[in-house]
This record gives sequence, structure tokens and C-alpha cells, in this order.
Amino acid sequence: MSVVMVLLRRELSLAWARGGGALLAVGFFVAAAVMLPLSLGPTPARLAGVSSGVTWVVLSLASLLSLDRMFERDFEDGALDLLALGPLPLEIVSAIKCFAQWTVSGAPLALAAPVVAIGLGARMTVAPMIFAAAALGGLAFAFLGGTGAALALASRRGGVLIAVVVLPLLTPPVIFGGAAIANFNEGLPWVGALSLLAAYALGCVALTPFAMAGACRNAQS
Amino acid sequence: MIETLKIEGLALQRGERILFRQLDLRAQAGEAVALVGSNGAGKTSLLRAVAGFIRPAEGRILFEDKDQAVPADDARRLGCHMLGHQDGLKTGRSARDELIFQARWTGGTAALALAAAERLGLTRLLDLEVRVLSAGQRRRLALARLIASPRPLWLLDEPLAPLDTASRALFGTLMAEHVAGGGIILAAVHDPLPIPVRTARVGAAPSGAEAVGP
Repeated sequence: MSVVMVLLRRELSLAWARGGGALLAVGFFVAAAVMLPLSLGPTPARLAGVSSGVTWVVLSLASLLSLDRMFERDFEDGALDLLALGPLPLEIVSAIKCFAQWTVSGAPLALAAPVVAIGLGARMTVAPMIFAAAALGGLAFAFLGGTGAALALASRRGGVLIAVVVLPLLTPPVIFGGAAIANFNEGLPWVGALSLLAAYALGCVALTPFAMAGACRNAQS
Repeated sequence: MIETLKIEGLALQRGERILFRQLDLRAQAGEAVALVGSNGAGKTSLLRAVAGFIRPAEGRILFEDKDQAVPADDARRLGCHMLGHQDGLKTGRSARDELIFQARWTGGTAALALAAAERLGLTRLLDLEVRVLSAGQRRRLALARLIASPRPLWLLDEPLAPLDTASRALFGTLMAEHVAGGGIILAAVHDPLPIPVRTARVGAAPSGAEAVGP
């Protein structure tokens, strides 16, 4: 078994254990979405208008939930030193960590997103688009979240710091994804917005590992 | 793959404080070097500098194989075990999973990991979660990684601290075997190691630290 698989298996098991894994993020997502009709009033027409957009925003917040321990645990217990002295560079290690985070929290959220949106009154036909946007956006959220988590290493109250650092970076995917869903819903061209979302997500996958590795090295020195 | 570790004119700085200057050290295959010095003299920092975590303020750290330089990055990623105060074991996972991960990650195999566990008397504990192990048992689990994946250079920071007498003797045997097999050991210690070692002093006599200008 290659070292990539060795590390990925460990990271998946740790990501699953971290903060209850998928259940916690999905539980938060569903609970926050249920609050919406309670505050806006249950008028179906009003809810249907905002359902997909609100789903999308709540999803991005839910994906922030279990980020704060992504690097911090490894840093505190010395495992980050071990990872740094392994055969793969820290850039690849960071990317594998984020991918595991996406698998455990982003992918289940993407599965839950259409259900929540439809429950709030979105049309059935928009479900595939919400899933696609959530899956792609989740990739960006995981990698940006990892960057925030790495930057917050060795600082107290890192959890709040991560949210503050990461939220501005989440705005582009929220805009692109929201536009793709809204356009699809109204029968307008949506390929452009979804392409931009995909481009942003892939850009994050390609670039943030360097930032994460740099932040880890800085914390270790 | 690492036959010689050469440290030339090394100075390390932590924050505004110079820990030591002009440190020269040479360790050959088959040699164990004990780093001694008072608390805060820079023993741990020296080990972390050799492992590549701390950048030297001055001087060089070189790895050589048969008079041929080995790129420091390769030497560290493929030829170096570091065992610090923290063992990097995840409390929520079983001892078996952690040991096998650590061994495979550093280039060993599951079979070697299990053999190492038996050697260190850990077989009975492998199914337990790391959180229920005692400090000494954890340390033994971390030591098992050293023999589960063969790497020539061992950087050890107070390796004996939580071990009982029997485990210290056993670890002495393991270190002696590693050195006899052409390995290099660099260990920061307060208690004497149970094998023949060369002693190197880190830091001057504790006359106070120098401040450096900007």
C-alpha cells in the first residue's frame, strides 16, 4: 500500500472521529435550516424564494464546524513532526488532510443539501444543481478551511480566528454557487457560474497546500 | 544512507536569544552521541535543527553518505527518526493502528511493527486505545516505531524519561543494536544512557544569555 493510502486512511479515521464526523456537520446544517421557517414565517411562497440561497449559506457555515482541530491536534501531540519527517512533503500531507475532511464532512453535506433545499420549498428539478454546487463548493471550503486552521496554529482561541480568516475567502464560492443555483432555477444560463465555482475550487486545491505547509513549518520552528 | 552527520559552526537563535554559537559536532555511523547541558541550553533546539524544523542562525548541518553529500531534505524525510517529548500518538485510536501507521509512514511494514511491539512487550496492549496507556507504555509504543522502520539517524529527546528500569535496559539493548548496525544516535539526556556514548556539551556554562541586536 502506498504511503498516500496509508496517510489517507489515517486522516479519514481521524476526520471521522473529530467532532462526530459527518453527523455533526449534517446535524448542524439541518438544524440551522429548520430555524429558517421559524424566523421567516412558514409562508411557502416566501420560503421557496430564498430556499436555495439560504441552503447554500448555511452549508458554507456548516462546513466550518470541525475545521479547528484539523492541524491543531497533530501540532499539539507531536504528530505534525512525525508527518513532516515522512516520505511526502507537507504540501501533499496538507492536501490529503483537506481531502479527507471533504470526504467526511463535505460530501455528506452535499448529499444533504438538496434534501434540505427541497424541504424548504425549492423545486425538485434544482436538486442536481444544488448537489453539484455543494460538492464543488465543499472542496473549496475544505481547502480554505484547512488554510485557516494551519494559520491559526499555536494561537489561542484558534476556532474563532479560523472563522474570521476563512469567511471572506468563502465569499467567491458562495457567490458563484448561489448564482449557478439561482440561474438554473429560473432557466437562465448557469454553466458560467458553475465553471467559475469549479475553477475557484480547483484553484484552492492547487494553491492552498503551499500556504498550509508554510504555516505548519512556521508553527513548528 | 547517512554515514556522517556534520554540524559546522552552528548557532541557534530562539526569538531574541542566542542559544549557542560555534557548535561543531561530527557523528559517524556506529556512534552514539549524548548531548548534555543545563535546562534551556538548546539541546532540544539542536535536535529540532538537525531534523530541519529550526533554521540555523549561522553554520551548516550536513548529511553525508560515503563522502558524498546527501541533500538535507532527503536525509530528513527518509533517513531520520525523531522522538521528542511528545510521541505523536493519537489518544483516540488503538495502539495497533497508531504503531502500524507510524511504522508504515516512516518506511516500515505492518509485520515489522508487530515484531517491534513484541520485542517491547506491547503485544498485549495493542488492542487498547492509546488514551488508557501509561506514560511509560506510550513511550515504549513510540520506541517500537524506531525499530519497526529502519532509518539510520535517531534523534532522541530525553528518551529514557518515563521508562522503568527493565524498559531502560531493553532500550539500551535496542540502541546498542542500532549503533552496531551502522546507525547514528543523537540523544539529549540528563540521565546517562545505558550504552557507551561520546558526550557533547551544548551551550556554554550558564553564564547568562547574550542579547542580539536587530
